[in-house]
Amino acid sequence: MNTEERFSRQRLFHGIGRSGQERLQEAHVIVVGAGALGSLTAETLVRAGIGKLTLIDRDYVEESNLQRQQLYTEADAAAWTPKAEAAKKRLLDIRSDASIEIIVGEADPAVLENCLPADLIIDGLDNMETRLMINDTALKHRLPWIYGACVGAYGLSYTVRPGQGPCLRCLMKGIPMEGETCDTVGIIAPAVQFVSATQVTEAMKLLTHSFEQLRGTLWSFDVWSNETSSIHVDSLQEENCPSCGASPAYPALAWSGRSKAETLCGRDAVQVKPLPDMQVSLEQTANVHKQHVSKANQHLLVLNIEDKRLVLFKDGRAIIHGVSGEVEARSLYQRYIGG
Amino acid sequence: MQITLNGQLQNIENSKTVADLLEELQIAHKKTVVERNGTIVIEEFHEREGLMDGDRIEIIHFVGGG
Ligand SMILES: [Zn+2]
Repeated sequence: MNTEERFSRQRLFHGIGRSGQERLQEAHVIVVGAGALGSLTAETLVRAGIGKLTLIDRDYVEESNLQRQQLYTEADAAAWTPKAEAAKKRLLDIRSDASIEIIVGEADPAVLENCLPADLIIDGLDNMETRLMINDTALKHRLPWIYGACVGAYGLSYTVRPGQGPCLRCLMKGIPMEGETCDTVGIIAPAVQFVSATQVTEAMKLLTHSFEQLRGTLWSFDVWSNETSSIHVDSLQEENCPSCGASPAYPALAWSGRSKAETLCGRDAVQVKPLPDMQVSLEQTANVHKQHVSKANQHLLVLNIEDKRLVLFKDGRAIIHGVSGEVEARSLYQRYIGG
Repeated sequence: MQITLNGQLQNIENSKTVADLLEELQIAHKKTVVERNGTIVIEEFHEREGLMDGDRIEIIHFVGGG
């Protein structure tokens, strides 16, 4: 592949140029989450010639993803391919010499720190708890990170830069209750594309050192009602913020407090995590529960138990569909997997 | 009364304060950043910050999806 030709239009763009393109090709970006936002952001970065991409995701491709998660195909959904795996395959079809690391699993502080050094973290997550962990990890390592989220036709974004204005914790003043962020009102693809476009543009500015062009505001829009807003939030920086203040404690890095069973937003499913010292073997579980196995691939095992569906991953996590709540999910896990 | 909310002219019937407006918009239970005529109104003042005809209000609420 002729990189001179391949990135020529981007190099011609006044904001990037030859030096900007070189910087992009030397950069390492971590994208956390490979759902709608993360997969689109990953694709745009890979097409733009990013030096290295690390993509972290805990989920697998389902039919209901295909309306907006544009890296994935019917074949991925039929094979229950983990999103990170499916994304990597498609990204290498797009740019065969791209350097792409994937992690099929939960983004926890240790996993994230293992991916460093990096130049930037971009948020493609579906929950606030993990975002606050990203916030603390990024600030601890003096990395910028770009928040983005969307629901319905609405989306918002904010760029966090260590030492340059408030962080996400300053803006949110604590974690909202799960119900506040867990929306079941659907989503349209253009809302996702809008947020991803802003995140990637901010990423390009950061990576090409075009700092004066950064937006510098908390920004939102609704593509259906045509509302848009941009607010300068510098006055919201908290002097004693435990994440970005003078003596930070990075509370979200104390990950052990994180729930062992967690309702997944908009998915009608619960994720259960194994105990820390528990060993889970897909093969062994498949043998013991032969009559329940409906699908198996190298990353996961699907068990149909009565009217419930248990998807067990190699790392011991299970996503359980059709249960009434976290208590039932955990007891099903204990009965069929262990712990 | 008429205000400009996130760039759109809107008639507000029942809201006298920022807190009322968040209720009317059904986002009172969400984390928000509110600006009235160019100045951020922090959460503690939402109840007493009155609205006036012609106000320019910006409201951004946080969501978790992606
Ligand atoms: Zn802060």
